[in-house]
Amino acid sequence: MDRSSSSARPTTAQRLASCFTGPGVGVLSRSLAAMLGGYALASVTSVFCAVALPGARGQAVLTGMLVAIIVCACAALWAFAARTALHAWAGILLPALLMAAVARALGAWA
Amino acid sequence: MKNGFRQSMAWLHTWTGLLVGWLLLLIFMAGTASYYREEISRWMRPELPATTVSTDVAAARAVQYLQAHAGQAETWFVTLPDPRNPAMRLFWRNPESLAKPPVDGERRRRGGGRFGDATVDPNTGDKLEARDTRGGEFFYRLHFDLHYIPVVWARYLVGFCAMFMLVAIITGVITHKKIFKDFFTFRKDKGLRSWLDFHNVSAVMALPYHAMITYTGIVTLMVMYLPWGIKVAYPTDENAFFSEAFGGMPEVSAPAEGRSSPLPITRLLESARAHWQGVDVSGFTVTHPGAANAVIDIRQRDGRRLSTDTPALRYDMVSGQLLSETPASGAATATRGVLYGLHLARFADWGLRAFFFVSGLIGCLMVASGVVLWAVKERPKHAKRSRIGFGLRLVDALNIGAVAGLPIAFAAYFWGNRLLPVRLPERADAEVSVFFYAWAAALLAGFIWPRRSMWTGLLYLGAVLFALLPLLNALTTQAHLGVTMVSGDWVLAGFDLVMLAFGAMLALCGWRMQRWTPPISAAEKKKRAALQAGTAGAGA
Repeated sequence: MDRSSSSARPTTAQRLASCFTGPGVGVLSRSLAAMLGGYALASVTSVFCAVALPGARGQAVLTGMLVAIIVCACAALWAFAARTALHAWAGILLPALLMAAVARALGAWA
Repeated sequence: MKNGFRQSMAWLHTWTGLLVGWLLLLIFMAGTASYYREEISRWMRPELPATTVSTDVAAARAVQYLQAHAGQAETWFVTLPDPRNPAMRLFWRNPESLAKPPVDGERRRRGGGRFGDATVDPNTGDKLEARDTRGGEFFYRLHFDLHYIPVVWARYLVGFCAMFMLVAIITGVITHKKIFKDFFTFRKDKGLRSWLDFHNVSAVMALPYHAMITYTGIVTLMVMYLPWGIKVAYPTDENAFFSEAFGGMPEVSAPAEGRSSPLPITRLLESARAHWQGVDVSGFTVTHPGAANAVIDIRQRDGRRLSTDTPALRYDMVSGQLLSETPASGAATATRGVLYGLHLARFADWGLRAFFFVSGLIGCLMVASGVVLWAVKERPKHAKRSRIGFGLRLVDALNIGAVAGLPIAFAAYFWGNRLLPVRLPERADAEVSVFFYAWAAALLAGFIWPRRSMWTGLLYLGAVLFALLPLLNALTTQAHLGVTMVSGDWVLAGFDLVMLAFGAMLALCGWRMQRWTPPISAAEKKKRAALQAGTAGAGA
């Protein structure tokens, strides 16, 4: 989180900018990454497992759900452990996109 | 975000815990009570006789009753009595044509009035007239369906809280530098330190339980939370997933024309027992009773297995031929079954059940001490500014309303069960209203006066309500301690005794709260000592 430091009184533009870069925004962004991103990652994980795991279809689907719950919790931890809010989003969305791409290649959402 | 990994995790722990803490406390308390839902239901219907009969006699009585009173039904559901639940509850589902329209002023019945039910004495086969109550079932439903809001939303909300809980547990462990040492650390009468130690001890002592119950809780509803895998793997037929993954019986075909008389139920149960090498039966479901193609699904008794996936056998009810049995389950299905089973703990005998119950209570204490800890930690900052801010006031009020108020609501529910007139219409709903009125009153009291005197007062009120329950029971029923302890009915006696214990515990909490004085910091002590020395010196 970077904080703009200026000795003079902040101008309107600076004040407006601080709405997007202030410490509260970082927390909000990370919270959204943890909840929305975390759920998205968990959902993609369950789909990925459902199509990628060997064995019976029903078992793969169930395994995906059991794993996705853990993934969701880990995503929330990552969102707040990452160095910046941008890292937090990247660390959640990139694996989600990767798994979604593989799942798509294996025939999901065809 | 904050400096360092551990600090970020501590921050996350604080806020995930606080945001959902009050609802979590309700879920934890209701869930913990659910371990004894059969026992609670029995206590709440004191009219029921405590008879024990063999499963064969009970099954024959059930079929007899259903043939006489629900001959036209599509399906019968029978749960046979067991030592925890001596009365027999029968359900049936009528065909569409027999559905009852809702009576004026009555809430729309579940299943559109197609369901009927009766509580039957397994010894005589007569319908038992017991007071209308939801009993322990209310707590069980409350802990994942909540109340007053649509069930689907409630389950999403509870899942959301459970996920927060899971994150709070993991971050709580990370936050701990010395998790092993803290296990043995309790610094008494040290204000914030004591609350922190108490929170740590209650969390660490039952940590495996907390982690297990939270994860398995999410697992019980995961098909609802994460349906996307099913939608992708079974794009056209979701039912195929359920029959493949959960290995249920195939659908029964439509009822055949013509009636034929079924085999005696005892013979069918006998074949099932022989098939399972003597393991007993817990209940059965009859589809199309009386029709030529009537079938019966017989369920094996729980208790010897962690998993909830109960093996079942399907017989042709007219010829007695074995039609199908539940298939052997795959690895993931078995895993889910065990996780689900761990959450419900149906396998637990009385000792293990008590252990789970105590662990659940420790969980309640962990959540309660966590939200209180937040307020204790926050207070000095506000004290410096010499006014209590909005956030702290809100948390104080909610803490009082939840931590001191929920026990009052639970006790009030039991009081309602004994004091509401037995013939009151919609009586079961009235009992539930008593629970929520009592809780709302406590919350309101917390918001009006969020001070220590309110804490003390409400804790004492809860103590009195719990401690007087056995007395109220003795005044209103014939199933009180004087009778139950003599006859050795430890289910009913145990309920009364546990209520007494809760009363004593709450009284102790109230007494501690009353006597408690804010601890003095080292700097303050020095200042006072210096001041005292100064005045003594001036006096000399």
